[in-house]
Amino acid sequence: MPHEFRMPSLGADMEGGTLTEWCVQPGATVHRGQVIALVETTKGVIDIESFEDAVVEKLLISPGEYVAVGGPLALLSGADVPARRISPAARALAARLQVDTAQLKGSGPDGAIGMADVQAAGSRPSPRAGIRLAIGAALGRSKREIPHYYLQHSVDFTPAADWLGAWNAVRPVPERLLPIVLMMRAVARSAAEKPGFNGYFERDGFVASAAVHLGVAVSLRGGGLVAPAILDAAPKTLVQLMSDLQQMVTRVRNGHMRSSELSAGTITLTSLGEEGVESLLPIIYPPQVAIVGFGAPTLRPWVVDGQLAVRSVMRLSLAADHRVTDGRQGSQFLLRIAELLSKPGEL
Amino acid sequence: MNDEKLTQRLLALLTEVAPDIDPATVRLDRDFRDQFDFDSMDLFNFATSIVQTFGVDVAEKDYRRLLSIEKAAEYLRNKPAAS
Repeated sequence: MPHEFRMPSLGADMEGGTLTEWCVQPGATVHRGQVIALVETTKGVIDIESFEDAVVEKLLISPGEYVAVGGPLALLSGADVPARRISPAARALAARLQVDTAQLKGSGPDGAIGMADVQAAGSRPSPRAGIRLAIGAALGRSKREIPHYYLQHSVDFTPAADWLGAWNAVRPVPERLLPIVLMMRAVARSAAEKPGFNGYFERDGFVASAAVHLGVAVSLRGGGLVAPAILDAAPKTLVQLMSDLQQMVTRVRNGHMRSSELSAGTITLTSLGEEGVESLLPIIYPPQVAIVGFGAPTLRPWVVDGQLAVRSVMRLSLAADHRVTDGRQGSQFLLRIAELLSKPGEL
Repeated sequence: MNDEKLTQRLLALLTEVAPDIDPATVRLDRDFRDQFDFDSMDLFNFATSIVQTFGVDVAEKDYRRLLSIEKAAEYLRNKPAAS
């Protein structure tokens, strides 16, 4: 029985996308993870991957057409999915507002379409809104719905910087590491150890994730940012994380991010680099429940073994969801990240 | 390699590691960070391609000497190739 392959939601800030190119033809067999289509969104062109092994029955739209999130792109056969339901009241409202329900993503149980979904679609602004509007919508929702709490902590980054300097000094450029990789490893390990910061907050509450899919905020040239995820980051070594990050940033710059990496993040890391300000208070990217921020390392007076010294000090920050954790757990989480960063040889 | 060729080569490397930069808009004397929000990964990738293209080694502390086309050209002119 053929079923619809629909426009996936690649994050809370995506309304829809325009088909750039089909990568498959009718009759083709596709595998889970295979790129089916290229779709242009406010974040650039995204490679849309199949969620399953299936056969392409029919392509429903042509390049150049815009499809809202949840709207059908193609018919696939191979796996059974439940039929979509729509309430009679929602169907009547859709007729009145001239909303095409085939294009709607239902928010009810099993994707059932309710009146609120139709209402939202009927009042949707221009589908090709810029990335600034998209970020505003996602983070506005975050600020409205998520009761954030914020914690900050300073860590002496000198041991990490020294360790990295020594590592890089004896290796050719392509094998060197960037400081952010140490932060990524510290966050990924801490997130795997401390429950409550890694997962999604959905309709029925918090769902912890066993794997850590670490979102990393990457600035886009000309403004805006995206936070694609390094999948299953916790067991990865520093060298693997560096390689994954390098490839991911290249895909961002080329405008070829993968749908899986854009929607998979279970926690996000944001770093201002080496030349930014010393501290930031980030906003959680829904449906995640935590984001860890790293300010730029700054030379500061610091007490080492009872003596005053000049050290490179980094301010860590955590924004977390009070529906899931409290400041006490948050404090333990942030202290664990700081502890790992202060012993870089063990990372 | 003459200066013009070196400049063109560096511009090609820059737009290879950062394809979202339009080569026509690059100001040769301006710092990449001010011009295109170059981040540490962009600089790392640019340094990697310079090393691979010109067969030189670049110490980590010298990355910042590659932060404009003119600076990178100057750095390479003063550096004997390793191969």
